[in-house]
Amino acid sequence: MFNLEGKKALITGATGGIGAAIARALHSAGAEVIISGTRAAKLEELKNELGDRVHVVPANLSERESVDALIKDAQAVAGTIDILVNNAGITRDNLAMRMKEDEWDSVMQVNLETAFRLSKGLMRGMMKSRWGRIVNITSIVGVTGNPGQANYAASKAGMIGMSKSLAQEVASRGLTVNCVAPGFIVTPMTDELNDDQKAAITTNIPSGKLGTPEDIAAAVLYLASDEGGYVTGQTLHVNGGMAMI
Amino acid sequence: MSDIAEKVKKIVVEHLGVDEDKVTETASFIDDLGADSLDTVELVMAFEEEFGIEIPDDAAEKIQTVKDAIDFISANS
Repeated sequence: MFNLEGKKALITGATGGIGAAIARALHSAGAEVIISGTRAAKLEELKNELGDRVHVVPANLSERESVDALIKDAQAVAGTIDILVNNAGITRDNLAMRMKEDEWDSVMQVNLETAFRLSKGLMRGMMKSRWGRIVNITSIVGVTGNPGQANYAASKAGMIGMSKSLAQEVASRGLTVNCVAPGFIVTPMTDELNDDQKAAITTNIPSGKLGTPEDIAAAVLYLASDEGGYVTGQTLHVNGGMAMI
Repeated sequence: MSDIAEKVKKIVVEHLGVDEDKVTETASFIDDLGADSLDTVELVMAFEEEFGIEIPDDAAEKIQTVKDAIDFISANS
């Protein structure tokens, strides 16, 4: 099950906790992985860890030209990309009353617009080969909202609507577009929470613990596989039961 | 018939699975040949490859008939 041999997967934000776990999971299922992120040294580290079938393509997705360059560079090193995992994301939390324009803009651009542009750029090859998988990493807060995260929640909700639209457009060509929505996962992003905040969160999680990047990677692997081919336009919530939607 | 016109018609026949005699120059991909909007996107992709040209999005949107395609390709290849 879940054999990705011969498939090429581009993972953005692969230096982050969840992104690296996704790269490991797809790679261990046999995929050739193209790992992208802002920190070249970290990407090289991951490449060394994984060994063969790994390409490093650094990109700073807060610059639009960088997104176009990533599409070109990824295809130059690997050819047609079969699996795109839009995982790169940033937060610029602030109360709406205090939120600055650039806090809104940068989050929408990196999280949502980049996901669209990469999808658009790479769908062509997928359509031609009549097989493709796009997995967008959204967030529980895109569905529930979260104070201080109007920008982030909007960008993640936007991903869900975008994915459903793309899914309907390209389903007849063998492409699926889905989202994975992590709840609270142990990553540098959630490490910023203090212990009281973590304890408060945990009481609201029926599983009684935070999730791991591997929990998310397993969901991505399923949606990227042949076996997941009849699932499209969906959001798979991986959150220990914190929200049942 | 020009070489370009012949190649265009061949691509349309193959891609849309329609009879060759239906692919007249005035035939509209969507109204006459049963294409949906995604088919027209794929046709343009096929033209780009066959003729080694790039068809920008705004030009691609105007290619609605077999003749539109032949004219654009003739003018740009």
